[in-house]
Parts: sequence; structure tokens; C-alpha cells
Amino acid sequence: MRLFVIVFLLMSLCPHAALLAADGAESPASQRSITDRSISIPEWKDWRRVFFLEDYNTRIVILGTTLLGMSAGMIGSFALLRKRALMGDALSHATLPGIALAFILATSLGMNGKTLPVLLSGAAISGLLGIASILLIRNLTRLKEDAALGIVLSVFFGAGVALLGIVQQMQTGHAAGLESFIYGKTASMVASDAWLIGSAGLTCMLISILLYKELTLLCFDEGFAHSRGFPVVLLDMILMGLVVVVTIIGLQAVGLILMISLLVIPPAAARFWTEKIFYLSLVATILGALSGMIGSAMSAIFPNLPSGAMIVLVATSMFLVSMIFGVPRGILIRKLRRYQLNRKVDRQHLLRSIYEYLEAHNMLTEKNTMEDKSVPIATLSRMRSWSPTKLHKIIQRAGQDDLIETDSGDQIRLTVPGLSEAARVVHEHRLWELYLITYADVASSKVDRDADAIEHVLEPEVISELEALLIQQASTEILPSPHTLEIKLENINSPDSHSRRPGS
Amino acid sequence: MNVLRDALSQWNWYLDGWIIVAGILCSVATALLGNFLVLRKMSMLGDAITHAILPGLAAAFFISDSRSSLPMFAGAVIAGILTALFTEWIRGFGKVDEGAAMGVVFTSLFALGLVMIVQAADHVDLDPGCVLYGAIELTPLDTVLIAGWKIPRVVAVLSIVLLINLLFVVCFLKELKLSSFDPALATTTGFNATLIHYTLMTLVAITAVASFETVGNILVVAMFVVPPAAAYMLTDRLGRMIVLSVILAIIAAITGHISAITVPHWFGYGSTSTAGMMAVTAGLLFVLAALLGPRHGILIIFIRRQFLSWKILAEDIIALMYRIEERDPDRKPDAGYLREILFSRSLPTSLTLRYLTNRGQITGTNGYYKLTETGRDQARQLVRSHRLWEHYLVEHAGMSTETIHRQAERLEHFTDRQLREKLNEDTLNTDQDPHGSPIPPEEFSD
Repeated sequence: MRLFVIVFLLMSLCPHAALLAADGAESPASQRSITDRSISIPEWKDWRRVFFLEDYNTRIVILGTTLLGMSAGMIGSFALLRKRALMGDALSHATLPGIALAFILATSLGMNGKTLPVLLSGAAISGLLGIASILLIRNLTRLKEDAALGIVLSVFFGAGVALLGIVQQMQTGHAAGLESFIYGKTASMVASDAWLIGSAGLTCMLISILLYKELTLLCFDEGFAHSRGFPVVLLDMILMGLVVVVTIIGLQAVGLILMISLLVIPPAAARFWTEKIFYLSLVATILGALSGMIGSAMSAIFPNLPSGAMIVLVATSMFLVSMIFGVPRGILIRKLRRYQLNRKVDRQHLLRSIYEYLEAHNMLTEKNTMEDKSVPIATLSRMRSWSPTKLHKIIQRAGQDDLIETDSGDQIRLTVPGLSEAARVVHEHRLWELYLITYADVASSKVDRDADAIEHVLEPEVISELEALLIQQASTEILPSPHTLEIKLENINSPDSHSRRPGS
Repeated sequence: MNVLRDALSQWNWYLDGWIIVAGILCSVATALLGNFLVLRKMSMLGDAITHAILPGLAAAFFISDSRSSLPMFAGAVIAGILTALFTEWIRGFGKVDEGAAMGVVFTSLFALGLVMIVQAADHVDLDPGCVLYGAIELTPLDTVLIAGWKIPRVVAVLSIVLLINLLFVVCFLKELKLSSFDPALATTTGFNATLIHYTLMTLVAITAVASFETVGNILVVAMFVVPPAAAYMLTDRLGRMIVLSVILAIIAAITGHISAITVPHWFGYGSTSTAGMMAVTAGLLFVLAALLGPRHGILIIFIRRQFLSWKILAEDIIALMYRIEERDPDRKPDAGYLREILFSRSLPTSLTLRYLTNRGQITGTNGYYKLTETGRDQARQLVRSHRLWEHYLVEHAGMSTETIHRQAERLEHFTDRQLREKLNEDTLNTDQDPHGSPIPPEEFSD
């Protein structure tokens, strides 16, 4: 994290330093398109220019990257669920030899090698070849997916670089244009590029919406989809084809190395917000669109920030926010839930210990009033391996909820609601123990610990089901414990009284 | 060959020699570690690390305000290790699938690096293109003086890295092996699998940085994955795999450079990127290994399957002829009739019939075939296996008489005499199969 902090500090400092060097020499706003590399602090009119899309070029770029982010987010969510997140990476590298070869062929045939359709068709062909090689390696050899990706990625890219080396020697060739495929030249996007991205991206989205059910099934249960007669291989190819198309239209915009991030990051971020695939693809689409929009807008306002990289960094910050704050799968919410569960478990253990102590000393009968049912705290800390401070905290919390009352410092007793809660907890514990003994063949001496692990997360329906299963006669009584409870009050002071009960 | 000679006429032992030495050092250093990356299913980590180095370089420049090698090297290595750490964190805390976590981390770091480099671009010549392709061709130009010898700086650096990697692999081979195949067992037997893991990651980062600076990241990624993967196709033993990967890496480096000089000449161009061609030759070596590997090669497996299916077809034919003979001793089937019953295609059937005739198991007259004595013996054993299996499946596996035929059909081809004896014992020496056909004896006593 510190790296990020340093970097952002540096990033925020740099334009200022450069501004001083530039000596305030400003060019008229009308001449400043977003391809301009001069540095200045954005003024109000720059903000307005971007926000209200006054500049034609800005409009095109923002529209194009937004559409690209949308389609990549949607297609990427299926790829992510199919655990093909890095496929886009291998694929985008695999397009390079196709681009170079298409250029060489077209030029030697006397055509203009740099036209987008020529280069993109070359990219598509070698991208598909790359995917085919990945599938072949994975299915025909004993190598796994990761090795297949690594091999295809590096070998194809190596071939691409070798071919680019040749392109640079051609009299007609200026490889500079081809280089833009590697880093992306978002700012030089023209209307036809935006139209291409828009139409291809929307087509991809439309296809994935039409095949929504099939693709979902493919992602979650390939075997089931196969058995239900879905053409799994064909669907897989379609999904890969969609990834190919999205990657290729993105090459020009963000470059082949960053294209993968648009396919991976928005879906991975969306994963923290939802458990349902429909919402996942929806959120990923929105996040992708936002990163495209905000990223290219930022690069339009601050001309010194490269737009492809900015789009990725915006997506990354969204990912970080989602990872921390996402509901229901973010880190914070999971920590909170864990904390709450631990508190609940501790409280239930406390109540059960008190109850079992009372039960073992025959203090639950009618003639004992609530006042008589006090339990020494020292015994409780023996019954479970709690440290005194932890026990104290648990008791304090239970006291705040009026489940127990403290008597004279070293004795506690249950309140009336506390007693009924304790009875419920003990009942559930013993139900579960009984279930384990009856149905899971767990020895009665070991059942206590197994039940301990699961009783706290039982739903009320499960409880009633267990009751129906185990107690034939309708009974509201607390079950007797299926094993002997060892609560040795006498041995408290002896040094070797570690074992509280069997199995612990 | 003329073209080849033309190309090699420009060969300069000083320049090309050093380039090849640098290529070999780099590819061997990476391939050594790559074996463990491939075995741990972390092949993409090399790619991720080499991309993510960029912000490390830029940050080192910002902090030290110089382009000297040492801070740059340190910054890049730290960024590389951070990639592995961040990936691990996102995977662990965020519960994101490993590939996706890696994708998020390295593309973000790469983007960050690009932004930082653009910020620095006015002040410094940090060319991202150099990071990608490297400039192995420029190796001999940048030399240092070591013990009176002018040695290219790259070669000196890569030699040290190679030595470290070699020491690491040799000294910790046992630990690496165990922690690659069974991290849990490694931890229980007392050494720290996590420590080994992070040492490996650190070395991967160091190797990547040392190599990519001059040879470019494609070559690093290719050499991390491709030679070990090819070696993995050739052997089942870790020691041999490491040795083979080193040999393949050396071959790829040498042929890569030679083909970078020669191959473009065939098409009328000058030489091209050595790093790119090294990756390509490594890829070709992998294809060869994947096709021809002695046990796991695609071709070998295919041929083995073909032979098996021919063997099964041959056995099916004589077993079928035995059954026909059993029912009607005078009936002589022709190829068409056999094909019809066995659902086989015509070419394999006629080939197999010819093969059986040559082996003397059947004789054919005018297209009609008949078992010879040896053929009949063989067929009897097959039919016996089949019917014993049927009996066994009904008696002991509790299958119904309708479904046993297919199972027995499969099993009969893999049943030898010993197993037949056992089956015979288990089925209490019965002489009829569940369909009521007689089970032929192992051998006729006459």
C-alpha cells in the first residue's frame, strides 16, 4: 500500500513542478485538443469542455472507451466465472504476430497496410490461432491451463516481435503505427474507431444477452449443461470468440497489455457486490463503463496522464474500494460478520456452561429460586479454556444484554430471559449431538466437540427438522445430555484438572 | 544454402558470441526456476512480474533521481516481489480466483508504471519499448572490466544470477521438490514451505529483472515456461526434467540467434530480434517435445491408441469367427458380413484381415475367411475370457444379464491366462455363461 501512497503523492506533485518550468505559457484553449501534451492546471473551461462534451474529440474518445468498458465488463464476467481471466492476456499477446504479418502481406501486395480492418483481421486470425493452441495444449498434453497460457503468450509475442523487427526494415513501413497496438493511443481515436468499438461491442453484448442462460450454465456446471444437450464446445468457442472480438477492438484504444485489465478488473470488482450472475454482469458492465468514462475524462483534463493507463487505474481503485467495502463479499463485511459470530458463539458457550453447571448440581429444580442459582466465575473459566480477561469481557457483554447478573464479584447468575436462552442453546446442542450419534455414527464421547462446531449456525428450520427427526413424543423439555458431563467443582484447585469434559 | 552462407558471412565471433552467451545465461537462469513455476501451476507469474516491474523502475528513479543501475534494480525487484505478495493477498483476503487476482495486480502495476514513466518522460530516457523487447543485440557494446577482461555488463550480471539460481536449485532440490508436490507434507516434516515459496518468488523477480533489462520480457516469460514445459513432456523425473530444460534452453538460445540472423534473409530482409526468435525456437522445441515425447507425446499416445484399437479389432474378428463357427461349422464369413456385425469401417477391417492372414490366424479363399488352428486357439481363449467375465459379472458384481455383454466385451481384451484361471475358480468351474452358451475350455486335451 505504501507504494501506492508514494506514487500518488508523486503524481500529484509532478504537474505542479512541470507547470513552474512551463512558465505559465498557455496556449489558447481552442487549440488544445486532448492529444496536446502541454501541461497546465485545468481551468474551469477545461472541466466544462470535458463534462459537457463540448470538444468533438473528447466526445468520441469518452464514448468509445465507455462502450469498450461496458462490453469488456460484460464479456469479462463470463470469462471470470469460467476461470479464464488470464485468457484475455494470452489472447492480446497472441494478436501481435497477426498484426505484423497482416501489415507485411498487405504492404507487399501494394495495399495500405495500416488500415484498421487489415490489421484487425490479422489480429483476429492470430488471436484465434492462439486460443486454439491453448485449448490444444490443455486438452492433448498433461500440462495445465497456466502453462498453456504462458507458452502461447510468450511464443506468439516473440514471433510478433520478430516480425515487427522485419517490418521496421521495410521501406514503406513505419512500425510506429503498429506500436500503438501495444500501448494504445486512446487520444488519437477517431470517429470511425469509436463506431467500430461501439458496433462490435454492442453486438457482443447483445449476443451474450441472447445466450445468457446458456453461458451461465456453461460457467457454473459444464457437465450438467452437457448432459442437458447444450452444445458445450460450441458455447465455449462462442465465449472465446466474444473475448477475441472485445480484445481486438480494445487494442487500438488501451493497447494490448492493458486490454486484459478491462476484461478482468471490473468483473473481479463486481464479484464483491453480488452473488448472482445477472447482477455480477450488470455491475461489471457499469463499473467497466465508469472506468472507461472517468479514465479518459481524467486524461482529457490532465493532458499529461496517458488515457489507457488512467482507465486501468480508475478500474483498479474501484476494485480496491469494492474489495474493502463490498457487500456481501468485501473484506470489512466479512470481518464484521466473523466478529459477530464469534461474539454469539462465546455468549452461547457461556450460557451453556452456566446451565450445565446448574444441571450438574441439581439447581434447576422448582424449589430453587433464581437467586439461589449462582455460579462461581472461577468454575466457568475452568469449564472452557477462557482466559480471565476474555471471560470477563464475555460476562460483561452478556450482562449488558440482561442475560446474566453479577453477584458479589465472583459469582454470576442467569436472569429469567437468560435462563430460557440458555435452555434453548443447551437444547440445540443436545439435539445436534443426538443427531450425530444416531445418524452420523459419531461416538458419544466425541460428539460434544463436533456439535460445538456446528450448533451456532443452525437455522430455526433445521432445529425443528431435527426435533421432528429425533423426538417422537412432542416434548418441550430440555433433552438430557447423551454423554456424562464432568464438572468437577471439587478439583478446581488441584493442578491437573485440565479436562473439563470428555473430548475437550 | 547460398542465402545461409550470405547471412553467416556477417557472423562476427565477438558480437554474435557475446549475444549467444548472454542468451544462454539468461535462458538457463530462467529455465532453472521455471521448472518449479510450471510444477506449481504458476507459469503466468513470470509474465505478471515482468510487467509489474515498470512502476518499480519509475519509483526508483523518482526517489534516487538517477538512472544508475543499483536503485533501479532494487526498485524493480521490490515491485516484482510485491506483485507476488499482492496477488496472494487479493486471493487470500478477497477470495478472488488466482488468475483474476494476478490479472488485477499486474495490469494495475503496469498502468501505474506507464503513468509514472510518462510523468518522468521529459526528464529521463526510460523507454517502455526497451522493457518489452529488450536489446540483446546491444549486449557487446556495454562492457565492464573484470580482471583485465572486457566483459559485457549483462554477461557479468547474468552469470551471477545464474550462479545464485543454480546454488538455490542444487542446495534446496529436496525441499523444492517436496514443497512443489505437497506443501502440507513439507510443512509437517519441519521445513517452511512458505519460506521456500517466497525465496523462489524473490529469485524469480531478481532473475526477471536482471534478464529483461537486456533481453526483454518476452524472452524471460518464454524461458520461464517453455523449456520446462517441453522437458515436462519428455520425462517423469524432476532431476531429468531440470537437466532437460537447461539443455533445451541452451539449444533455443543458440538456434534462436542463428535463425534471427538467417531466417529473414530467406525472404529478403535483414536480421530481426534475437529475443523474439529465441522465444519462437523455444516454442518449436516445445511443439516437437509435445508431439514426440516418449510417454506423454501426442503422437505416441495417438499411435498407441491406434495400435490398441487395431489389436482389439483383430481380436474381435477372430472371436466373432469362432462364434460363427460354433453355431454353424461350415459357414465362412466374408469381410462385408464381419464389418456389418462389428460396425467397423472398411479400411481398418481389410487391413486387419490381411494382418491376421499374415500371422496365420485365419486363411482367406475368394474373400471368405476361416480360422486356422492357431487362430482358433486364440479365439477360444478370448471367448472363454468373455463368457467367464459375463458369469463373474452376474454372480459377483450383481449385474443383470442384459447389460453384461458390453462390459465383458471390454474386459476380454485385457484378460490373460492367469486372470482367466482366477475367474474360473471364482465362478466355480462353470461351463455355461449366463446366456446359456458353453464356456470353451482353456485348451482342448486332444
